[in-house]
Amino acid sequence: MIRFDNVSKTYPKQSRPALRDVSLEIEKGEFVFLVGSSGSGKSTFLRLLLREERASHGAVHVLGKDLARLSNWKVPQMRRQLGTVFQDFRLLPNKTVGENVAFALEVIGKPRAAIRKTVPEVLDLVGLGGKQDRMPGELSGGEQQRVAIARAFVNRPLLLIADEPTGNLDPQTSVGIMKLLDRINRTGTTVVMATHDQQIVDQMRKRVIELEKGRLVRDQSRGVYGYQH
Amino acid sequence: MRAQFVLSEIGVGLRRNLTMTFAVIVSVALSLALFGGSLLMREQVSTMKGYWYDKVNVTIYLCNKQDKETSPNCARGPVTEAQKNEIRAELKQMSIVESVRFETAEEAYKHYKEEFSDSPLAESLTPNQMQESFRIKLKDPEKYKVITTAFAGRPGVQEVRDQKEVVDDLFNLLNGMNYAALGVMSLMLIVALMLIVNTVRVSAFSRRRETGIMRLVGASSFYIQMPFILEAAIAGLLGAGLACVLLVSGYYFLVRNWLADQIRVIHFIAGDAVLAKLPLVLAIGLLMPALAALFALRKYLKV
Repeated sequence: MIRFDNVSKTYPKQSRPALRDVSLEIEKGEFVFLVGSSGSGKSTFLRLLLREERASHGAVHVLGKDLARLSNWKVPQMRRQLGTVFQDFRLLPNKTVGENVAFALEVIGKPRAAIRKTVPEVLDLVGLGGKQDRMPGELSGGEQQRVAIARAFVNRPLLLIADEPTGNLDPQTSVGIMKLLDRINRTGTTVVMATHDQQIVDQMRKRVIELEKGRLVRDQSRGVYGYQH
Repeated sequence: MRAQFVLSEIGVGLRRNLTMTFAVIVSVALSLALFGGSLLMREQVSTMKGYWYDKVNVTIYLCNKQDKETSPNCARGPVTEAQKNEIRAELKQMSIVESVRFETAEEAYKHYKEEFSDSPLAESLTPNQMQESFRIKLKDPEKYKVITTAFAGRPGVQEVRDQKEVVDDLFNLLNGMNYAALGVMSLMLIVALMLIVNTVRVSAFSRRRETGIMRLVGASSFYIQMPFILEAAIAGLLGAGLACVLLVSGYYFLVRNWLADQIRVIHFIAGDAVLAKLPLVLAIGLLMPALAALFALRKYLKV
């Protein structure tokens, strides 16, 4: 599903690499937490997965493809097999909940009939059944994140990438979001989630990958958040 | 590609940047109108050259029956056969003369009819009113004075006229105006392109949220860029349409209805020539902003 072979990333005009010699493998269907303090390289790791950046050294394989050899025009096709969720939800404020989810399908040219059918289904799945015509501003943070997850999942991606999805939410709401992500994981979707939320990591007991100053310092199955933080 | 989706995006974009769009339309319209005008001017000059240039450098106009009253040089009556033969023989002996052609009044009438077919004056003219003339081509057009001194004031000769001088002044003036128009056009074009680049930049910035999401869910770069490019192309096309209206109405009101009456010796290009330029103007108005937008997107919209 995902393989990093000795991956380093140095941004232009920066002497210190954001990732140094990271090698790891994530299998299909896994649920992986990516932890580490700010500036440890978590975001760079996720950006490499999405191919927003290319590795400076080493090879990144996602969904069986070497991203260094993937030509630019094939990147959108690859991204359709990924779902992405962010801390700040990234919803369009002037579109309804249903339109926000439908937007993801419209822009990749899905037929209208299919969109009309899929959108309510996926909103039901994330627990927002009947809120299709509400505006994002009328919803709570947890509900907005559910909309974002619905949008990420509506294409049935093989890999869901979540960048601190609970970062803006209170603990109780976060638990709800984690349950939803766990449910999505059980359908066979691989989930990679970067987080600072110790409680969640400790509760879920999933694989934990820890980065520190760009290096991979811990890779532990059924791990906890760590002691030093 | 969902056409309706793209169209609604474009509509939103154009309205959001209404003032900028307006500026783009006006500057494209002005630059393309100047461009079209300069093309037409060039065609006008070459049409006129085609008839006048090289063909005849110096003309000796001979007196006809009616010139007796109007021209003092012809006070002794119309030109005689003997006078004509004498002039012809002398011309043939002159080394600076390359060729001589005699134009009868009948031919002059025919020429005039052809050249000014749509002038109301042509209707009232008769062959009798036309003058016979010797059309002389010189080896060196600068030496027309030799002809003037030799034949001006001679019995039967009404006037010796070097057409090249008159025509050249006009052509120089027209060419000068043409270069001026092209210069102004280039400036306007640069302004238009900079406006388009800036409009696209603002547009891309104000829609960065949408384009960011589109990118993440795997919309193709074509799909993401299309609304911006079409936006610029539509603004450009509106500008080009305006330019066409300016050109056609300019031709109609300025040339057809005014200049053609004021300056009857010039045969102005026909309306068809103006219409023939419009597709080119429209194509440039469509493509140039689209390319400028594409260029701007490479810089301001990461895909």
